[in-house]
Amino acid sequence: MLDDFLTRAALAAVGVALAAAPLGCFVVWRRLAYFSDATSHAAILGVALSLALSLPLALGVLAVCLIAALTVAALSGRSQATDTLLGVVAHSALAVGLVAVSFLPQVRVDLQSYLFGDILAVSRYDLGMIWGGAALVVALVVWRWSALLTTTLGPELAHAAGLHPARERLVLTMALALVVAVAIQVVGALLIGALLVIPAAAARPFARTPEGMAALATGLAVLAALGGLYGSLWTDAPTGPAIVCVAALLYALSRLAGRFAGNRG
Amino acid sequence: MSRPLIEAKGLSVRYGGATALSDVDFSIGRGEIVTVVGPNGSGKSTLLRAIVGSERPFAGRITRAPGLRLGYVPQRLAIDPTLPLTVRRFLGLPRRTSAAAAQEALERAGVPDISTRQVAGLSGGQLQRVLLARALLAEPDLLLLDEATAGLDQPGAAAFYRRIEDLRAETGCAVLMVSHDLHVVMSASDRVICLNGHICCEGTPEVVAEAPDYRRLFGEGTQGALALYRHEHRGHRHDPGHHHHHHHDDARAAG
Repeated sequence: MLDDFLTRAALAAVGVALAAAPLGCFVVWRRLAYFSDATSHAAILGVALSLALSLPLALGVLAVCLIAALTVAALSGRSQATDTLLGVVAHSALAVGLVAVSFLPQVRVDLQSYLFGDILAVSRYDLGMIWGGAALVVALVVWRWSALLTTTLGPELAHAAGLHPARERLVLTMALALVVAVAIQVVGALLIGALLVIPAAAARPFARTPEGMAALATGLAVLAALGGLYGSLWTDAPTGPAIVCVAALLYALSRLAGRFAGNRG
Repeated sequence: MSRPLIEAKGLSVRYGGATALSDVDFSIGRGEIVTVVGPNGSGKSTLLRAIVGSERPFAGRITRAPGLRLGYVPQRLAIDPTLPLTVRRFLGLPRRTSAAAAQEALERAGVPDISTRQVAGLSGGQLQRVLLARALLAEPDLLLLDEATAGLDQPGAAAFYRRIEDLRAETGCAVLMVSHDLHVVMSASDRVICLNGHICCEGTPEVVAEAPDYRRLFGEGTQGALALYRHEHRGHRHDPGHHHHHHHDDARAAG
Protein backbone atom coordinates (compact mmCIF):
# COMPACT_ATOMS: atom_id res chain seq x y z
CA MET A 1 0.00 0.00 0.00
CA LEU A 2 2.84 2.38 0.91
CA ASP A 3 4.39 1.68 -2.49
CA ASP A 4 1.92 4.06 -4.03
CA PHE A 5 3.29 7.62 -4.00
CA LEU A 6 -0.23 8.99 -3.73
CA THR A 7 -0.99 6.98 -0.63
CA ARG A 8 2.26 8.14 0.93
CA ALA A 9 1.46 11.74 0.05
CA ALA A 10 -2.02 11.47 1.54
CA LEU A 11 -0.67 9.92 4.75
CA ALA A 12 2.02 12.58 5.01
CA ALA A 13 -0.54 15.35 4.57
CA VAL A 14 -2.84 13.86 7.21
CA GLY A 15 0.06 13.37 9.63
CA VAL A 16 1.07 17.01 9.35
CA ALA A 17 -2.54 18.16 9.71
CA LEU A 18 -2.99 16.13 12.89
CA ALA A 19 0.10 17.71 14.48
CA ALA A 20 -0.38 21.26 13.25
CA ALA A 21 -4.06 21.84 14.06
CA PRO A 22 -4.13 21.44 17.88
CA LEU A 23 -0.85 23.33 18.22
CA GLY A 24 -2.24 25.93 15.84
CA CYS A 25 -5.03 26.63 18.33
CA PHE A 26 -2.43 27.76 20.86
CA VAL A 27 -0.71 29.82 18.17
CA VAL A 28 -4.04 31.62 17.64
CA TRP A 29 -5.01 31.92 21.32
CA ARG A 30 -1.61 33.24 22.33
CA ARG A 31 -1.15 35.41 19.24
CA LEU A 32 1.97 33.59 18.12
CA ALA A 33 1.25 33.73 14.38
CA TYR A 34 4.25 35.94 13.67
CA PHE A 35 6.39 33.93 16.09
CA SER A 36 5.56 30.72 14.25
CA ASP A 37 6.42 32.42 10.95
CA ALA A 38 9.81 33.48 12.31
CA THR A 39 10.46 29.94 13.49
CA SER A 40 9.44 28.28 10.26
CA HIS A 41 11.38 30.69 8.05
CA ALA A 42 14.51 29.73 9.94
CA ALA A 43 13.98 26.22 8.59
CA ILE A 44 15.70 27.13 5.31
CA LEU A 45 18.88 27.81 7.27
CA GLY A 46 18.36 24.37 8.81
CA VAL A 47 18.14 22.90 5.32
CA ALA A 48 21.45 24.53 4.37
CA LEU A 49 23.05 23.22 7.54
CA SER A 50 21.80 19.67 6.98
CA LEU A 51 23.05 19.64 3.39
CA ALA A 52 26.43 21.14 4.31
CA LEU A 53 27.03 18.68 7.16
CA SER A 54 25.25 15.73 5.50
CA LEU A 55 22.85 15.47 8.41
CA PRO A 56 19.32 14.12 8.15
CA LEU A 57 17.16 17.02 6.99
CA ALA A 58 14.70 16.83 9.90
CA LEU A 59 17.53 17.03 12.42
CA GLY A 60 19.12 20.17 10.98
CA VAL A 61 15.75 21.87 10.59
CA LEU A 62 14.69 20.93 14.11
CA ALA A 63 17.92 22.22 15.65
CA VAL A 64 17.95 25.54 13.79
CA CYS A 65 14.22 26.16 14.37
CA LEU A 66 14.59 25.45 18.05
CA ILE A 67 17.54 27.82 18.36
CA ALA A 68 15.73 30.53 16.39
CA ALA A 69 12.56 30.18 18.48
CA LEU A 70 14.44 30.21 21.79
CA THR A 71 16.44 33.26 20.70
CA VAL A 72 13.32 35.17 19.76
CA ALA A 73 11.59 34.13 23.00
CA ALA A 74 14.57 35.26 25.08
CA LEU A 75 14.95 38.57 23.26
CA SER A 76 11.25 39.43 23.26
CA GLY A 77 11.12 38.95 27.01
CA ARG A 78 13.35 41.98 27.43
CA SER A 79 12.32 44.28 24.63
CA GLN A 80 9.05 46.10 24.18
CA ALA A 81 8.92 45.95 20.41
CA THR A 82 8.28 42.23 19.99
CA ASP A 83 6.44 42.78 16.75
CA THR A 84 9.42 44.54 15.17
CA LEU A 85 11.83 41.96 16.53
CA LEU A 86 9.78 39.14 15.01
CA GLY A 87 9.66 40.98 11.71
CA VAL A 88 13.44 41.29 11.70
CA VAL A 89 14.06 37.67 12.67
CA ALA A 90 11.44 36.13 10.36
CA HIS A 91 12.80 37.78 7.24
CA SER A 92 16.48 37.68 8.16
CA ALA A 93 16.27 33.98 8.94
CA LEU A 94 14.77 33.36 5.52
CA ALA A 95 17.33 35.56 3.75
CA VAL A 96 20.30 34.08 5.59
CA GLY A 97 19.01 30.60 4.82
CA LEU A 98 18.62 31.35 1.10
CA VAL A 99 22.13 32.82 0.91
CA ALA A 100 23.57 29.88 2.83
CA VAL A 101 21.94 27.38 0.49
CA SER A 102 23.33 29.24 -2.54
CA PHE A 103 26.87 28.85 -1.13
CA LEU A 104 26.61 25.07 -1.01
CA PRO A 105 29.06 23.81 -3.64
CA GLN A 106 28.29 20.15 -4.08
CA VAL A 107 24.65 20.07 -5.04
CA ARG A 108 22.30 22.15 -7.04
CA VAL A 109 19.54 22.40 -4.50
CA ASP A 110 15.92 22.54 -5.57
CA LEU A 111 14.98 25.41 -3.29
CA GLN A 112 11.39 25.41 -4.42
CA SER A 113 10.75 22.07 -2.75
CA TYR A 114 11.88 23.43 0.62
CA LEU A 115 10.03 26.71 0.26
CA PHE A 116 6.73 25.26 -0.94
CA GLY A 117 7.00 21.56 -0.13
CA ASP A 118 7.31 18.49 -2.30
CA ILE A 119 4.76 16.09 -0.95
CA LEU A 120 4.73 13.77 -3.95
CA ALA A 121 8.38 12.89 -3.29
CA VAL A 122 7.72 11.64 0.25
CA SER A 123 9.51 8.33 0.85
CA ARG A 124 8.67 5.58 3.34
CA TYR A 125 11.46 6.92 5.53
CA ASP A 126 10.07 10.47 5.32
CA LEU A 127 6.65 9.14 6.19
CA GLY A 128 8.05 7.47 9.28
CA MET A 129 9.70 10.74 10.34
CA ILE A 130 6.51 12.71 9.71
CA TRP A 131 4.28 10.37 11.71
CA GLY A 132 6.86 9.97 14.45
CA GLY A 133 7.24 13.72 14.81
CA ALA A 134 3.49 14.27 14.60
CA ALA A 135 2.85 11.68 17.31
CA LEU A 136 5.42 13.40 19.51
CA VAL A 137 3.78 16.81 19.00
CA VAL A 138 0.29 15.48 19.74
CA ALA A 139 1.55 13.63 22.83
CA LEU A 140 3.28 16.78 24.07
CA VAL A 141 0.22 18.98 23.57
CA VAL A 142 -2.19 16.45 25.12
CA TRP A 143 0.11 15.88 28.09
CA ARG A 144 0.48 19.60 28.86
CA TRP A 145 -3.03 20.59 27.72
CA SER A 146 -4.44 21.93 31.00
CA ALA A 147 -1.22 23.64 32.00
CA LEU A 148 -0.89 25.24 28.56
CA LEU A 149 -4.47 26.49 28.69
CA THR A 150 -4.08 27.94 32.17
CA THR A 151 -0.85 29.67 31.20
CA THR A 152 -2.62 31.10 28.16
CA LEU A 153 -5.07 32.85 30.50
CA GLY A 154 -2.29 34.65 32.35
CA PRO A 155 1.07 33.94 33.97
CA GLU A 156 -0.12 34.97 37.46
CA LEU A 157 -3.06 32.59 37.29
CA ALA A 158 -0.66 29.81 36.32
CA HIS A 159 1.86 30.64 39.03
CA ALA A 160 -0.86 30.69 41.68
CA ALA A 161 -1.87 27.18 40.58
CA GLY A 162 1.71 25.98 41.01
CA LEU A 163 2.53 25.93 37.29
CA HIS A 164 5.58 27.41 35.57
CA PRO A 165 4.64 29.52 32.55
CA ALA A 166 8.23 29.57 31.28
CA ARG A 167 8.26 25.77 31.15
CA GLU A 168 4.96 25.67 29.28
CA ARG A 169 6.27 28.24 26.80
CA LEU A 170 9.24 25.97 26.23
CA VAL A 171 6.89 23.05 25.57
CA LEU A 172 5.07 25.13 22.94
CA THR A 173 8.35 26.24 21.37
CA MET A 174 9.59 22.66 21.10
CA ALA A 175 6.30 21.49 19.65
CA LEU A 176 6.45 24.33 17.14
CA ALA A 177 9.98 23.43 16.03
CA LEU A 178 8.90 19.79 15.68
CA VAL A 179 5.93 20.75 13.53
CA VAL A 180 8.17 22.82 11.26
CA ALA A 181 10.59 19.91 10.88
CA VAL A 182 7.70 17.59 10.10
CA ALA A 183 5.81 19.91 7.77
CA ILE A 184 8.62 21.38 5.65
CA GLN A 185 8.43 18.59 3.10
CA VAL A 186 4.64 18.75 2.90
CA VAL A 187 3.83 22.47 2.66
CA GLY A 188 7.29 24.07 2.72
CA ALA A 189 8.84 26.58 5.07
CA LEU A 190 6.87 29.54 3.77
CA LEU A 191 3.41 28.08 4.31
CA ILE A 192 3.73 26.19 7.59
CA GLY A 193 2.38 29.21 9.45
CA ALA A 194 -0.76 29.04 7.35
CA LEU A 195 -1.31 25.40 8.23
CA LEU A 196 -1.08 26.29 11.92
CA VAL A 197 -3.31 29.34 11.97
CA ILE A 198 -5.99 28.86 9.31
CA PRO A 199 -7.68 25.62 10.48
CA ALA A 200 -7.80 26.92 14.07
CA ALA A 201 -9.27 30.24 12.94
CA ALA A 202 -11.82 28.43 10.76
CA ALA A 203 -12.91 26.27 13.70
CA ARG A 204 -13.42 29.19 16.09
CA PRO A 205 -16.99 30.26 15.25
CA PHE A 206 -18.36 26.78 15.92
CA ALA A 207 -16.52 25.93 19.14
CA ARG A 208 -17.71 26.41 22.71
CA THR A 209 -14.73 24.88 24.49
CA PRO A 210 -10.98 24.78 23.78
CA GLU A 211 -11.16 21.02 23.27
CA GLY A 212 -14.00 21.41 20.80
CA MET A 213 -12.02 23.97 18.84
CA ALA A 214 -8.92 21.76 18.70
CA ALA A 215 -10.97 18.77 17.53
CA LEU A 216 -12.77 20.78 14.86
CA ALA A 217 -9.53 22.42 13.72
CA THR A 218 -7.98 18.98 13.33
CA GLY A 219 -10.91 17.82 11.23
CA LEU A 220 -10.72 20.89 9.00
CA ALA A 221 -6.93 20.55 8.65
CA VAL A 222 -7.29 16.93 7.50
CA LEU A 223 -10.01 17.99 5.09
CA ALA A 224 -7.79 20.76 3.70
CA ALA A 225 -4.80 18.39 3.43
CA LEU A 226 -6.68 15.75 1.46
CA GLY A 227 -8.70 18.29 -0.52
CA GLY A 228 -5.53 20.19 -1.46
CA LEU A 229 -3.74 16.99 -2.46
CA TYR A 230 -6.50 15.84 -4.77
CA GLY A 231 -7.09 19.34 -6.06
CA SER A 232 -3.44 19.62 -7.00
CA LEU A 233 -3.55 16.30 -8.86
CA TRP A 234 -6.59 17.47 -10.76
CA THR A 235 -5.19 20.85 -11.73
CA ASP A 236 -1.46 20.04 -11.69
CA ALA A 237 -0.95 22.84 -9.15
CA PRO A 238 1.80 22.62 -6.46
CA THR A 239 0.44 20.61 -3.55
CA GLY A 240 1.54 22.70 -0.55
CA PRO A 241 -0.05 25.91 -1.78
CA ALA A 242 -3.13 23.95 -2.89
CA ILE A 243 -3.58 22.63 0.67
CA VAL A 244 -3.37 26.16 2.05
CA CYS A 245 -5.84 27.38 -0.60
CA VAL A 246 -8.39 24.80 0.49
CA ALA A 247 -7.81 25.75 4.14
CA ALA A 248 -8.35 29.42 3.26
CA LEU A 249 -11.57 28.49 1.45
CA LEU A 250 -12.79 26.59 4.52
CA TYR A 251 -11.95 29.63 6.63
CA ALA A 252 -13.95 31.94 4.37
CA LEU A 253 -16.93 29.58 4.46
CA SER A 254 -16.68 29.30 8.24
CA ARG A 255 -16.67 33.08 8.65
CA LEU A 256 -19.72 33.38 6.42
CA ALA A 257 -21.56 30.60 8.22
CA GLY A 258 -20.53 32.06 11.56
CA ARG A 259 -21.93 35.43 10.58
CA PHE A 260 -25.23 33.93 9.51
CA ALA A 261 -25.46 32.00 12.75
CA GLY A 262 -24.87 35.26 14.62
CA ASN A 263 -21.67 34.02 16.16
CA ARG A 264 -18.50 35.94 16.78
CA GLY A 265 -15.56 34.71 14.78
CA MET B 1 -0.46 34.06 65.87
CA SER B 2 1.21 30.93 64.48
CA ARG B 3 3.85 31.13 61.77
CA PRO B 4 2.86 33.28 58.81
CA LEU B 5 1.46 31.82 55.59
CA ILE B 6 3.73 34.03 53.56
CA GLU B 7 6.61 36.18 54.65
CA ALA B 8 8.67 38.63 52.63
CA LYS B 9 11.92 40.05 53.98
CA GLY B 10 13.70 43.02 52.42
CA LEU B 11 11.86 42.43 49.16
CA SER B 12 12.91 44.56 46.17
CA VAL B 13 11.63 44.19 42.62
CA ARG B 14 12.98 45.99 39.56
CA TYR B 15 11.80 46.36 35.98
CA GLY B 16 14.70 47.20 33.74
CA GLY B 17 16.43 49.93 35.71
CA ALA B 18 13.38 51.17 37.60
CA THR B 19 12.66 50.04 41.12
CA ALA B 20 9.04 49.03 41.63
CA LEU B 21 9.41 47.86 45.22
CA SER B 22 12.21 48.48 47.65
CA ASP B 23 12.94 46.83 50.96
CA VAL B 24 9.43 45.61 51.75
CA ASP B 25 8.86 43.48 54.84
CA PHE B 26 5.53 41.76 54.75
CA SER B 27 3.73 38.83 56.29
CA ILE B 28 0.22 37.51 56.55
CA GLY B 29 -1.10 35.03 59.09
CA ARG B 30 -3.82 32.41 59.00
CA GLY B 31 -7.32 33.88 58.67
CA GLU B 32 -6.13 37.48 58.46
CA ILE B 33 -7.58 40.06 56.06
CA VAL B 34 -4.89 42.47 54.90
CA THR B 35 -5.40 45.29 52.43
CA VAL B 36 -2.61 46.93 50.49
CA VAL B 37 -3.51 50.43 49.36
CA GLY B 38 -1.49 52.84 47.30
CA PRO B 39 -1.74 55.18 44.34
CA ASN B 40 -1.28 53.97 40.76
CA GLY B 41 2.25 52.79 40.11
CA SER B 42 2.97 52.29 43.80
CA GLY B 43 3.91 48.63 43.35
CA LYS B 44 0.71 47.06 44.73
CA SER B 45 0.24 44.61 41.88
CA THR B 46 3.98 43.95 41.78
CA LEU B 47 3.86 42.89 45.41
CA LEU B 48 0.99 40.53 44.65
CA ARG B 49 2.79 39.08 41.64
CA ALA B 50 5.93 38.56 43.72
CA ILE B 51 3.85 36.71 46.31
CA VAL B 52 2.24 34.56 43.62
CA GLY B 53 5.71 33.83 42.28
CA SER B 54 5.46 35.37 38.83
CA GLU B 55 7.81 38.23 39.68
CA ARG B 56 11.34 37.46 40.74
CA PRO B 57 12.76 39.44 43.66
CA PHE B 58 15.77 41.57 42.80
CA ALA B 59 16.74 41.42 46.44
CA GLY B 60 15.29 39.89 49.57
CA ARG B 61 13.27 36.71 49.71
CA ILE B 62 9.79 35.34 50.08
CA THR B 63 9.02 32.24 52.10
CA ARG B 64 5.78 30.32 51.90
CA ALA B 65 4.39 27.99 54.51
CA PRO B 66 4.90 24.41 53.23
CA GLY B 67 1.95 23.16 51.17
CA LEU B 68 0.37 26.60 51.01
CA ARG B 69 -2.62 26.71 48.67
CA LEU B 70 -3.20 30.01 46.88
CA GLY B 71 -6.45 31.26 45.39
CA TYR B 72 -5.72 34.08 42.98
CA VAL B 73 -8.32 36.52 41.67
CA PRO B 74 -6.67 38.61 38.96
CA GLN B 75 -7.72 42.12 38.06
CA ARG B 76 -8.86 40.90 34.68
CA LEU B 77 -8.46 37.92 32.46
CA ALA B 78 -6.31 38.21 29.34
CA ILE B 79 -8.65 35.99 27.39
CA ASP B 80 -8.25 36.31 23.64
CA PRO B 81 -11.55 36.45 21.73
CA THR B 82 -10.35 33.50 19.67
CA LEU B 83 -10.41 31.26 22.75
CA PRO B 84 -13.79 29.65 23.34
CA LEU B 85 -14.25 28.89 27.03
CA THR B 86 -17.34 28.13 29.06
CA VAL B 87 -17.50 29.09 32.72
CA ARG B 88 -17.72 25.40 33.61
CA ARG B 89 -14.55 24.57 31.68
CA PHE B 90 -12.72 27.57 33.12
CA LEU B 91 -13.45 26.40 36.65
CA GLY B 92 -11.75 23.10 35.82
CA LEU B 93 -8.43 24.76 34.90
CA PRO B 94 -5.84 23.56 35.56
CA ARG B 95 -7.35 20.75 37.63
CA ARG B 96 -10.63 19.16 36.61
CA THR B 97 -13.42 19.51 39.14
CA SER B 98 -16.64 17.60 39.66
CA ALA B 99 -19.82 19.25 38.43
CA ALA B 100 -21.11 19.39 42.01
CA ALA B 101 -18.00 21.17 43.32
CA ALA B 102 -18.08 23.66 40.43
CA GLN B 103 -21.76 24.39 41.05
CA GLU B 104 -21.17 24.86 44.77
CA ALA B 105 -18.34 27.29 44.13
CA LEU B 106 -20.51 29.30 41.72
CA GLU B 107 -23.27 29.45 44.32
CA ARG B 108 -20.88 30.60 47.02
CA ALA B 109 -19.58 33.29 44.69
CA GLY B 110 -23.15 34.39 43.99
CA VAL B 111 -23.46 33.39 40.33
CA PRO B 112 -25.27 30.02 40.34
CA ASP B 113 -26.76 30.09 36.83
CA ILE B 114 -23.96 30.88 34.44
CA SER B 115 -21.92 27.72 34.12
CA THR B 116 -22.74 27.26 30.42
CA ARG B 117 -22.00 30.87 29.47
CA GLN B 118 -18.86 31.92 27.59
CA VAL B 119 -16.29 33.59 29.85
CA ALA B 120 -15.58 36.28 27.23
CA GLY B 121 -19.27 37.29 27.24
CA LEU B 122 -19.59 37.93 30.98
CA SER B 123 -20.11 41.36 32.52
CA GLY B 124 -17.39 42.77 34.77
CA GLY B 125 -19.26 41.80 37.93
CA GLN B 126 -20.05 38.29 36.71
CA LEU B 127 -16.44 37.70 35.65
CA GLN B 128 -15.19 38.88 39.05
CA ARG B 129 -17.45 36.33 40.76
CA VAL B 130 -16.47 33.54 38.40
CA LEU B 131 -12.81 34.30 39.11
CA LEU B 132 -13.63 34.16 42.80
CA ALA B 133 -15.44 30.83 42.36
CA ARG B 134 -12.42 29.39 40.58
CA ALA B 135 -10.11 30.62 43.35
CA LEU B 136 -12.37 28.99 45.96
CA LEU B 137 -12.21 25.63 44.20
CA ALA B 138 -8.52 25.44 45.11
CA GLU B 139 -9.64 25.45 48.79
CA PRO B 140 -7.09 28.18 49.40
CA ASP B 141 -5.30 28.98 52.65
CA LEU B 142 -4.73 32.42 51.21
CA LEU B 143 -6.98 34.29 48.83
CA LEU B 144 -5.26 37.00 46.74
CA LEU B 145 -7.42 39.72 45.20
CA ASP B 146 -5.88 42.15 42.72
CA GLU B 147 -8.09 45.24 42.36
CA ALA B 148 -10.95 42.80 42.42
CA THR B 149 -13.61 45.49 42.28
CA ALA B 150 -12.06 47.72 39.62
CA GLY B 151 -14.95 47.09 37.22
CA LEU B 152 -17.75 47.38 39.79
CA ASP B 153 -19.77 50.35 40.99
CA GLN B 154 -19.59 51.22 44.69
CA PRO B 155 -22.58 49.19 45.88
CA GLY B 156 -21.33 46.26 43.79
CA ALA B 157 -17.87 46.58 45.31
CA ALA B 158 -19.31 46.77 48.83
CA ALA B 159 -21.35 43.63 48.21
CA PHE B 160 -18.27 41.87 46.83
CA TYR B 161 -16.22 42.70 49.93
CA ARG B 162 -19.03 41.57 52.25
CA ARG B 163 -18.94 38.28 50.41
CA ILE B 164 -15.19 38.06 50.98
CA GLU B 165 -15.69 38.63 54.70
CA ASP B 166 -18.36 35.94 54.82
CA LEU B 167 -16.05 33.53 52.99
CA ARG B 168 -13.28 34.21 55.47
CA ALA B 169 -15.71 33.48 58.29
CA GLU B 170 -16.86 30.23 56.63
CA THR B 171 -13.56 28.83 55.41
CA GLY B 172 -11.00 30.53 57.65
CA CYS B 173 -8.82 31.45 54.69
CA ALA B 174 -6.61 34.51 54.89
CA VAL B 175 -7.25 37.30 52.40
CA LEU B 176 -4.77 39.68 50.83
CA MET B 177 -6.37 42.45 48.81
CA VAL B 178 -4.81 45.11 46.69
CA SER B 179 -6.90 48.16 45.99
CA HIS B 180 -7.16 51.86 45.52
CA ASP B 181 -10.85 51.56 46.40
CA LEU B 182 -10.18 52.90 49.87
CA HIS B 183 -13.56 53.64 51.37
CA VAL B 184 -14.93 50.19 50.78
CA VAL B 185 -11.87 48.11 51.41
CA MET B 186 -10.42 49.42 54.61
CA SER B 187 -13.40 48.71 56.79
CA ALA B 188 -13.19 45.00 56.07
CA SER B 189 -9.50 44.71 56.93
CA ASP B 190 -7.71 43.57 60.05
CA ARG B 191 -4.63 45.37 58.84
CA VAL B 192 -3.89 47.95 56.17
CA ILE B 193 -0.56 48.46 54.45
CA CYS B 194 -0.03 51.74 52.71
CA LEU B 195 2.39 51.28 49.82
CA ASN B 196 4.24 53.72 47.61
CA GLY B 197 7.27 51.84 46.31
CA HIS B 198 8.03 51.07 49.94
CA ILE B 199 5.80 50.60 52.97
CA CYS B 200 4.73 54.08 54.13
CA CYS B 201 2.67 53.00 57.08
CA GLU B 202 0.91 49.95 58.37
CA GLY B 203 -1.64 49.05 61.03
CA THR B 204 -5.34 48.77 61.75
CA PRO B 205 -7.58 50.81 59.43
CA GLU B 206 -7.93 53.50 62.15
CA VAL B 207 -4.22 53.81 62.70
CA VAL B 208 -3.46 54.06 59.00
CA ALA B 209 -6.24 56.56 58.39
CA GLU B 210 -4.67 58.82 61.03
CA ALA B 211 -1.11 58.39 59.80
CA PRO B 212 0.49 61.49 58.23
CA ASP B 213 2.01 59.46 55.38
CA TYR B 214 -1.35 58.08 54.46
CA ARG B 215 -2.96 61.50 54.47
CA ARG B 216 -0.21 62.89 52.33
CA LEU B 217 -0.83 60.18 49.74
CA PHE B 218 -4.59 60.15 49.77
CA GLY B 219 -5.61 63.52 51.14
CA GLU B 220 -7.74 64.33 54.14
CA GLY B 221 -11.10 63.74 52.54
CA THR B 222 -11.24 60.02 53.10
CA GLN B 223 -10.91 60.18 56.83
CA GLY B 224 -14.49 61.11 57.60
CA ALA B 225 -15.78 58.52 55.20
CA LEU B 226 -13.71 55.87 56.87
CA ALA B 227 -15.00 56.76 60.26
CA LEU B 228 -18.54 56.52 58.95
CA TYR B 229 -18.01 53.25 57.23
CA ARG B 230 -16.08 51.39 59.90
CA HIS B 231 -17.99 48.52 61.42
CA GLU B 232 -17.18 45.63 63.73
CA HIS B 233 -16.13 42.29 62.27
CA ARG B 234 -16.24 40.15 65.30
CA GLY B 235 -19.10 41.66 67.22
CA HIS B 236 -22.54 42.41 65.90
CA ARG B 237 -23.18 43.13 62.23
CA HIS B 238 -25.20 45.87 60.70
CA ASP B 239 -28.12 44.58 58.72
CA PRO B 240 -27.30 44.66 55.01
CA GLY B 241 -29.89 47.26 54.02
CA HIS B 242 -28.63 49.70 56.58
CA HIS B 243 -25.07 49.05 55.54
CA HIS B 244 -25.86 49.73 51.94
CA HIS B 245 -27.48 53.01 52.80
CA HIS B 246 -24.43 54.22 54.70
CA HIS B 247 -22.40 53.33 51.75
CA HIS B 248 -24.12 55.77 49.43
CA ASP B 249 -23.64 58.49 51.98
CA ASP B 250 -19.95 57.68 52.00
CA ALA B 251 -19.62 58.03 48.29
CA ARG B 252 -21.15 61.46 48.42
CA ALA B 253 -19.17 62.62 51.44
CA ALA B 254 -15.91 61.49 49.90
CA GLY B 255 -16.65 62.78 46.42
